[in-house]
Amino acid sequence: MPRFDLRQEGLRALNRSLHALAPDTNATHWTVTGPDGAHAVAAGLDLPISVEIEGHVGYYCAGMNKRAQVVIHGSAGTGVAENMMSGLVHVRGDAGQSAGATAHGGLLIVDGNAGARCGISMKGVDIVVKGSVGHMSAFMAQAGTLTVLGDAGEALGDSLYEARLYVRGAVRSLGADCVEKPMRAEHLAELAGKLAAAGLAGAVEAREFRRYGSARRLYHFHVDNAGAY
Amino acid sequence: MSDEPRAPRTAPRTSATFTPEVMAEIRRAAATGIYDIRGAGAKRPLPHFDDLLFLGASISRYPLEGYRERCGTEVTLGARFAGKPLRLRTPITIAGMSFGSLSAQAKEALGRGATLAGTSTTTGDGGMTPEERAHSRTLVYQYLPSRYGMNPDDLRRADAVEVVVGQGAKPGGGGMLLGQKITERVAGMRTLPPGIDQRSACRHPDWTGPDDLEIKIGELREITDWEKPIFVKVGASRPYYDTALAAKAGADVVVLDGMQGGTAATQDVFIEHVGLPTLAAIRPAVRALQDLGLHRQVQLVVSGGIRSGADVAKALALGADAVAIGTAALIALGDNDPRWQAEYEALGTTAGAYDDWHEGNDPAGITTQRPELAGRLDPVQGGRRLANYLAVMTLEAQTIARACGKSHLHNLEPEDLVALTIEAAAMAGVPLAGTDWVPGRTP
Repeated sequence: MPRFDLRQEGLRALNRSLHALAPDTNATHWTVTGPDGAHAVAAGLDLPISVEIEGHVGYYCAGMNKRAQVVIHGSAGTGVAENMMSGLVHVRGDAGQSAGATAHGGLLIVDGNAGARCGISMKGVDIVVKGSVGHMSAFMAQAGTLTVLGDAGEALGDSLYEARLYVRGAVRSLGADCVEKPMRAEHLAELAGKLAAAGLAGAVEAREFRRYGSARRLYHFHVDNAGAY
Repeated sequence: MSDEPRAPRTAPRTSATFTPEVMAEIRRAAATGIYDIRGAGAKRPLPHFDDLLFLGASISRYPLEGYRERCGTEVTLGARFAGKPLRLRTPITIAGMSFGSLSAQAKEALGRGATLAGTSTTTGDGGMTPEERAHSRTLVYQYLPSRYGMNPDDLRRADAVEVVVGQGAKPGGGGMLLGQKITERVAGMRTLPPGIDQRSACRHPDWTGPDDLEIKIGELREITDWEKPIFVKVGASRPYYDTALAAKAGADVVVLDGMQGGTAATQDVFIEHVGLPTLAAIRPAVRALQDLGLHRQVQLVVSGGIRSGADVAKALALGADAVAIGTAALIALGDNDPRWQAEYEALGTTAGAYDDWHEGNDPAGITTQRPELAGRLDPVQGGRRLANYLAVMTLEAQTIARACGKSHLHNLEPEDLVALTIEAAAMAGVPLAGTDWVPGRTP
């Protein structure tokens, strides 16, 4: 299975090689060494391969990912898995701000903490953060789920659309139009599924979480809500 | 009855400050409690291209033969870093307008017209439709803060990518599309519940500032294997710095949109009171590129109130490489046509003034999602009309360029221009007509 030394061969060569793989390639398991905080590592993949990155990456690692499984054995900078469509991105360390921004699908797992704006404008992705998330997480989140085993920072879910937020720890404050909602059976089942997908079945119980969602008061302009816009 | 003459009275006097329009707006605000939202760009009088004139050739310069000597119009956009730059036959492109704000038929007509004319068209805040991709030979895919419908497949299907930082109608503002136009299809493309009033962000979700923008452009280039030109679009407010920073961040093309540039829907107060007129924005942007040694390497596309070949020629003479039209293209398709006067009146307006594009009731079938209205626009015929209009503008610009002795539109220069007003002379950096005075430059 290919090993790719980013220090020696450079980012362009890596992404070009990954983009050029044939659909029936046998090179389905890649190891990338020496990322040294490089940006856009393994961005724009569109085939069911796995890429293991041994070290820390910069911005936009696995950006717009489709179908691939990207594991970062380190921490990731801003916008990891931004606009992901499908597949899996797993950060073994911490993630910077805007993790999973605008992502439409797939699963993003962060073993550590995620910074501010985790899941901003998310459009269908499932995000599981085993630590805590920073302020303004799930800002304008449209669809998908954000699951946080730790705490959430200020203004969680501000201007939220239809994404569902599950938080086990404390929420510093809720953003405009975000409210706590009852955990019904279907939500417990959904959350249990997301936890299992993140390898947490048996380790964490869905009933330990609280659910947050949109009050839908900002869905139509009204003068009485002017302070919230 | 008295025969005494009446004492002279003061004639009724309306206020120049509290005009009938101002008072009507105060009454409307008081009654509704919500700011006025409308489409289109700034409607107030502004210094504009009309305030400039060309100096035709005579003895000191000689002209080209109008019907024999070639005057080139082609333009290449994006050769700085992109492996596959855009090569257009005319420097008049079609600006970004969304499916959602416009009907699918209107988007198709724009693609057809642009393709016939050999130029590009652009998606909008809402993603790429198969219709517009199929009917646009050269399609620019907008990358907006909302990222509605953004996906890597369409990114690769596009011919160029336009990172939208702002637009002239609302520099610093985000998108807006009201519930009447969020049909099932529009909602599906944007991952929103149908019928809601869509708010979209004014800042990108995963980058802030010029250093991040450079990294973002790097990611887009990696995803598209350095093939697609990357445009950066800004609303005109600080054009010198915004242009310099976009170029520094690695843009191939900077799109600069003045306040006359249209929008699908925004607060009237935003449209009329934020940003610069197109005329005032061009020279600072060109100077930024010249100071960096990048003029003509990074192309400048100017939009906002381009209506004729004269406007095109003037924008190019001031240093732009190309222009983009939006409102004018919609008018060519039939927007605000007097043939629908009775229906405009029923909507409380008149042909030529209709700007409630956000309400989705456009009699011309362009800014609507209602099938019975959208069906009024034949995309084939509309495309033909747009192509005709683009051809006329291109011929007009060539006519002016030949008269100035230029064998290509890009050879037009500020020295070919004078201004009719002091304001326009200062903004365009050309002399007041009949003088050698450039306000702000020469004593």
